[in-house]
Parts: sequence; C-alpha cells; structure tokens
Amino acid sequence: MSDLQPSSSAKPDKAAAARRQFFADAGRLACGAGLLGLGLGLYAKQARALPPAALRPPGAGGESDFLGACIRCGLCVRDCPYGTLSLARPEEPIATGTPYFLARQVPCEMCEDIPCVKACPTGALDHGLTDINEARMGLAVLLDQETCLNFLGLRCDVCYRVCPVIDKAITLELRPNTRTGRHTMFIPTVHSDHCTGCGKCERSCVLETAAIKVLPIALAKGQLGQHYRVGWEEQRKAGHSLVEDKGLGDLPDRIPESAPLEGHYDPASQGGPSLAPGKAATPDSGVDSLSPRLPGADAHSAGLPAMPQNIPGGGLPNRLSDEAAR
Amino acid sequence: MSGFLAPRFAEARAAKGWLGAHRWLLLRRLSQLGILALFLLGPLAGLWLVKGNLSYSLTLDVLPLTDPLLALQVLLSGHRPERLALLGAAIVLVFYALVGGRVYCAWVCPMNLVTDLAGWLRERLGLKGSAHISRRARYWILALTLLLPLAGAGLAWELVNPVSLLHRGLIFGLGTAWTVVLGIFLLDLLVMSRGWCGHLCPMGAFYGLLGRGSLLRVSARRRSNCNDCMDCFAVCPEPQVIRPALKGEGAGVGPVILASACTNCGRCIDVCAKDVFVFGNRFNQHTPSNDPAGKAGR
Repeated sequence: MSDLQPSSSAKPDKAAAARRQFFADAGRLACGAGLLGLGLGLYAKQARALPPAALRPPGAGGESDFLGACIRCGLCVRDCPYGTLSLARPEEPIATGTPYFLARQVPCEMCEDIPCVKACPTGALDHGLTDINEARMGLAVLLDQETCLNFLGLRCDVCYRVCPVIDKAITLELRPNTRTGRHTMFIPTVHSDHCTGCGKCERSCVLETAAIKVLPIALAKGQLGQHYRVGWEEQRKAGHSLVEDKGLGDLPDRIPESAPLEGHYDPASQGGPSLAPGKAATPDSGVDSLSPRLPGADAHSAGLPAMPQNIPGGGLPNRLSDEAAR
Repeated sequence: MSGFLAPRFAEARAAKGWLGAHRWLLLRRLSQLGILALFLLGPLAGLWLVKGNLSYSLTLDVLPLTDPLLALQVLLSGHRPERLALLGAAIVLVFYALVGGRVYCAWVCPMNLVTDLAGWLRERLGLKGSAHISRRARYWILALTLLLPLAGAGLAWELVNPVSLLHRGLIFGLGTAWTVVLGIFLLDLLVMSRGWCGHLCPMGAFYGLLGRGSLLRVSARRRSNCNDCMDCFAVCPEPQVIRPALKGEGAGVGPVILASACTNCGRCIDVCAKDVFVFGNRFNQHTPSNDPAGKAGR
C-alpha cells in the first residue's frame, strides 16, 4: 500500500507498518497459543486416564466431569480425619493436584458425616451424597482365585470380616472343596449393589499382593445386553412363569446318532450316563446334569455335589429349573 | 562499571536511607511471606487458621476465598460450583477490582518471589539479551485457559500452571514441581527479562483485566520534580506503564498510572529520590506544582 503513495508523507507509511507489525505479531501469538493449546489438550486427554489403583474420594463423578469441577484446593485432604487422601504431584500418573487414595495404603474409613464431601467447595464431590453407604468409589473384585486363601480352601475371611458392609457387600458363598472332597470352601463374593469401594478389603488382604482389589466400576462391571432378561428374575417379578409350561424342551441334536460325544449328556436320549437328572442328583445339583462326567462326580459320596473348579460367583445356573422357568 | 554488589538506586538511598528506599519492597515481601506462612501454619505447626491453597481457601472456617479464574474455568467446563466457592470468588473479585487486580501478582503470588529473584540476578550479572515476545502473549494464553474447559478438556491449564504447582506444592508437597519453578526462574534469568510475570502468565493477564477500573493507583503526583534518573523504569516490572503518567504533562495526560498491567508493587515509589510517585486513588489527578516536595504521602 505504501508503494502506491510514494513520498506523500511519512505518516501513512508508519501507520501501515504499524498495522503490518500488529497483524504479524497477532499471527505469531495466535500460532504460539494454538500450539500450546494443542499440546495442553493432548496432555489433558492423557491426564484423564486415571490408573486403576487410584481411587477418587466419595461423591466424585466420572473422571472427565471431575477434572472439570475439581479446583484442586485440597480441602477434602485436610478434612479427612484419617489422612486417606493426597493431592497428586506432577510426577504421579494422576491429573496434577487432584485428590486420590490408594486402597492398599490407606483405605477410606467411610465416615458417617462424610467430611471430605462437605469440605468440597465446588461440588466436584457431590454434596447430594449424604449416606456414605451410597458412595461408589470403586468396586472390590476378588481378582486372583489362585492365591486367595479362601479359594485354597483355608479360612482366612479377612476381607469379609473387615468389610464395613459385611454380609451385604461381601458374603461368603459355600462351595464344595473338590480337592479334599470332604471340606467346604467359603468364597468371598462381592455384591456391587452394596460395595462402596472403600478398599478396606484390599488394604487388609493378608497376601503379599492383595488378591482382592478395588477397581474403577467401569473396569470391574460387566453389563447385560439391553434386551436381555434373566428368566428367574422376571418370573419372580411376575409371580409366575412367563412362558407356558410345555414340559422339558429338548433341542434336536445335530450329530449322527452313531457318534455320541464323549462327555456330552443328552437328556432326551435313553439311559444316559451314571447320573441322570432326578435320579441320583441332589435337588441343588444342576451341575451334575450339566456335565455329569466331571472328574470326581462319581468318586465323592460325601453328599456334596461335584463342581468344576474356578467358577466364580455363588450358585451355578441350574439348567433344568431355568428351562422350566422359561 | 558497577560490580556485583555495588549499591543500586544510590540517589534514593542517599536521600531517604536504605529503609526508605526499600519500604514498599519490604512490606511486599512481608505480605507474600506472611500469606505463605499462614497457609503453612496448618501443615507445619498444626495451627489451622487457613486451609487449602490459593486456588481456594477457607480462613478460620468462615471466610472462603476462591481464585476467580479457576471458578470461571469450572463454570466453563459446565459445572456449577457450590455456594462457598462462588461466594469466595465474589469476595476476591470485588477486592481486586478495588485495590488493583495485579496486587495479587505483587503482594500475594509466590511465583513473584522467584521471578523477582531472577530479575534481580539478571541485572546484577548484567545479562542483556532478551527474547522478544509481545506482552500481549499472556492474553492469548488466558483465552486458551478459558477455551480448553469449554472444549471439554477440564481444567487443563491447572495441569501445568506453574503458579498453582508452586503454591500447592509448598503446602501439599512439591514433588517434581520444583523443575517447573526452576524452568520459570531460568526463563526469566537467561531467556527473557520479566518473561513469565510480564509476558506469559495468564493469571496476571486475568487479574490485570479485573483491575482495569481499580481505585488504588500509583500516581506520579510530583512529576515536575522528575530528574530523569530512569531508576523507576529500571526497577519496574512493567516499565511501559510509567511513561504516559510520568511524561504526559505536555500531552495533557494525568499523573495517575492507569495501565492495568501496573502491579501496584510500589517499587517506583521506593527508588525515586525525588518522591515523584505516591499511592493514591485513580480520580485524584491533582499535581501540586507549587508543592515544596514534601515527604512521600500514602
């Protein structure tokens, strides 16, 4: 522009130069800020990945919401009477300055008045949480059935005993000990509708490394398909079976009659193996009908039903009664 | 040339004595360290007068104080803070809107101790070269800190904010935050004069904007006494704010420093042998040209 008006005066030149300088500066700054923002945005995305061992205080929502609401003042840390909480330092793989606890080190003691939540000025810890039993800091999972002493057939029971919601959040489910053939195993079983994720079980597990650990709920829980209905629960709700009782159904076998599968039990075929349903099996022994040739099924005569090992959860599905329920 | 320990601002010290030439500096250090001590009294001595940190604190279990920039980021990330945090932000907003936003920078912020040390050492060592980045850069970074929560990145700036890393670190455990603080120190010492506080820090930018209309201002009231020693320009962390007020008599500009970047640190008052500068209110444009250069007023 200044070229078009040569030698007219110094002023427009100066103004144009200043304008060019301004836009050049603004451009540089915008680029710099944009780069910084890109880096920060990517870093913030990484910082959202909370390591599974790190638990948030009670009342914290999802990690993304929490990181937008937590002001990192540390008042929850100060008001926790047990020194459970700490603020993450820059070198820790947790969003810097946010409160967390490690259950194995110091678990949550589940104060009835929940002082950490009351102290939170922003409501990053939801003030709507007034009953600590409603807190869901995580979910305990008995991860290692190979080392858990109760799974080895011993009576450790420590996780069960220390649970603040004993007999609701953790129960001991009875199972036959197929190794000895004459004892019962007391399997610690966590129930997600009562477990607050306080971490006392993980803290007090007597092993070198805890067999039971509190995990983020999203990591710990499975989810049924939306369409899925559990037959016996629907039956209980309705008060009666939802399908007409047409007797025991049997699907057609797609194998030649002449080639029976080893270990496969077909209820409709004649004779059947040693343990046909309704004959030798005890009323609660659906397992036997499921796979009657499990090793030991014939061997044990102690009155305990034979069971496959390493099946978590209490009670195996009883196929026959299930089918009847449908 | 002056050696490493040669006295600076000799004129002011000759006229007012060492104490008189360091009055506001000492008060400011007292304020900075006193506030830090109040925060540290809890974790170190178990005396919980103040809980929290500069992001949010609760004093004597009644007075909430919230960093309004953080509260704004929380709001922008779509979360409504509880009553106490909002109340605390309102108190801080009103206070700094009256006394000058960047009073926070000069009288409260712990990072100022670091950058002032770097600035002092830079001058003592005679380090001259300085990278050129516009002082407007901080406003761009401020915009960024507000855009990121809006884009769903949470309080992303707080992941790296050196100011809160330092203050939170001093109270809750520093960890490797010292590397960030050292980085800021070296930036100010070796790369850019007054780089962090004067060019980059978005908190300073925010507080500057907040205090645009503040009542408390430094005024070059007795500017006619100025002997052009340039000591005030040398000591000022934002020297560009002085010129219009000090040299504006001919252009009809009042003596009050109205630029929002002024931190109200009062060092110009200290180092002026002629007592040109005083603290006053923004509306007092009075210049006693016939005033017989009395002692420094408040």
